[in-house]
Amino acid sequence: MTRVDFMQGNDASAEGGIAAGCRFFAGYPITPSSEVAERMARRLPQVGGTFIQMEDEIASMAAVIGGAWTGVRSMTATSGPGFSLMMENIGYAAFTETPCVVVNIQRGGPSTGQPTLAAQGDMLQCRFGSHGDYSVIALSPSSVQEMFDLTVKAFNLADRFRVPVFLMADEIVGHLRERVEFPDSVECIPPRPAREGKLPFEPEDDLVPGFTPFGEGHRVHVTGLTHNEKGYPASTDPELHQNLVIRLIEKVERARHEIADYDIENSEAEIVFISYGAPTRAVRQVLLDEPGKGFGHLNLRLVWPFPENLLKKFPNARVFLVPEMNMGQMAREIGRHTDLPVVSLPRIGGELHLPSYLIEKAEEYA
Amino acid sequence: MSFEDWFRHDRLPHIFCAGCGNGSIINCALTAIDSLGWEKDNTVFVSGIGCSSRAPGYITADSLHTTHGRALAFATGVKMAKQDFNVVVFTGDGDLSAIGGNHFIHSARRNIDMTVICMNNQIYGMTGGQGSPCTPSGALSTTTPYGMDENPFDLCELAAAAGANFVARWTSYHVKELTRSITLGLQKPGFSFIEVFVQCPTNFGRRNKLRDVESMISVMRDHALIKEKYDRLVAEGKPIPPDMFVVGNLTNRNLPALGVKK
Repeated sequence: MTRVDFMQGNDASAEGGIAAGCRFFAGYPITPSSEVAERMARRLPQVGGTFIQMEDEIASMAAVIGGAWTGVRSMTATSGPGFSLMMENIGYAAFTETPCVVVNIQRGGPSTGQPTLAAQGDMLQCRFGSHGDYSVIALSPSSVQEMFDLTVKAFNLADRFRVPVFLMADEIVGHLRERVEFPDSVECIPPRPAREGKLPFEPEDDLVPGFTPFGEGHRVHVTGLTHNEKGYPASTDPELHQNLVIRLIEKVERARHEIADYDIENSEAEIVFISYGAPTRAVRQVLLDEPGKGFGHLNLRLVWPFPENLLKKFPNARVFLVPEMNMGQMAREIGRHTDLPVVSLPRIGGELHLPSYLIEKAEEYA
Repeated sequence: MSFEDWFRHDRLPHIFCAGCGNGSIINCALTAIDSLGWEKDNTVFVSGIGCSSRAPGYITADSLHTTHGRALAFATGVKMAKQDFNVVVFTGDGDLSAIGGNHFIHSARRNIDMTVICMNNQIYGMTGGQGSPCTPSGALSTTTPYGMDENPFDLCELAAAAGANFVARWTSYHVKELTRSITLGLQKPGFSFIEVFVQCPTNFGRRNKLRDVESMISVMRDHALIKEKYDRLVAEGKPIPPDMFVVGNLTNRNLPALGVKK
């Protein structure tokens, strides 16, 4: 039986983590994400898990990686400045193929910026913020229900691909209160164990190695140095480094169409909105207010790896309009994959696009 | 088992410089671990970055070689997510007390159940001999070419003040004493901190008129003041000889600890 509740997005994300079997949370308070940690502090001891408030976000990300290697599903939550601090260890997680989940309730930046207001300013940081080349998975909820559902999904993707997975929400969705349905159980797909005789970092056909958590006799050495399939440092071998980095990128990128998660409205449309997160709510209002105009809409619940084939689902499109709460971070990515005009509709300062503004901009292309 | 069984023989030769004392300290730690009959399957080694932090890579147990300064934060995650594990951290003076200083004091404050062995060579060895927070006043390094003009940290005082249950200091000369201290630290619930002064002929000695290993070890031996003797001198109101540092089990108490096996 499904339980129905009325709660805010941050709480729903914490509940999603608990439902997905997350039993370790390390975090540091930061507005507007703190409710995730606060709920975890209350809830995890009730289900036999552990919450720890670390001394900063660098330590939080480090602890989450340590927790993940014990085989326990682990997560943290933060916002812009804290996310920046986590970047070195996020790169470590990507390179050591550590499955973990980072919830980012985005606020206005740069710097301390607007702690209490919404933004989507970390979309490129989550993809490219650490040094070197790597690939990650990022989800983007636009409702409280999706804060729950996509947190569950984030854990399954993290385990399947052995990557850090980001829930790139924003303050609007994080603090929004809505009806949410909690199913009795959710699908939890554990990581694939390493097969007998396989080395700890020896990939299977899908380029992902089986997972060898601590305490199960694998005696795995995990290092942030360039490593061979045994896990041993081999940092001066150019070919080994190249093959390793290409594999880490490819294991995620080549799955991008298979794991794409989206909604499409009016695929025959000529004028198409593309959105993710809170602006999706404004676009949906536009389609409700102006059903006769035939606008199209692509809502992305998964933004990285970018599922560029979805642009082909609109065969008659003449223009893509991309409302974002940043200066056009994903619009730039979308523009890389189409010859059609991609119009960025930035809105920064903390307020969502008004539907009337989106209609006005769309009519310029009618 | 013997402590030899804890080595990853397929990783030899190691990368430590000729004359480095880190190997002795790893031997002492593994001898202590082995003497307690610890099992490989529930013992995890964690380290940050630097010469000392290569230690877990030579030990055949699950291990994390992490980012610079963050070993204790990673180790906290391992221990808190699975309290059944024995967690041992190898770190260096730069790794622990500069970039990792905040994690150090907070791990000691939490009194989290792990054993931290700090190989203090008083310099950044792996990056080529720059000054660290433990470089003695006046000592030469590549970033203190006119002599260190800052005061060094006393890591043991710091650990004790922050709340650690067990604090000891030895040198790489005192292998038997060090092994005994590590054994005590491993058994102690809560945060155990063992500082080991270690020779670095390549990057410290070379610039500070201690070119050969023997002279470095002699200096450590001759300037080590056993805690019992130090306490006696203090009690008798006698002066402490200059340039001496205290070695021994400095703090041993049972404050409430975090993450202790149930």
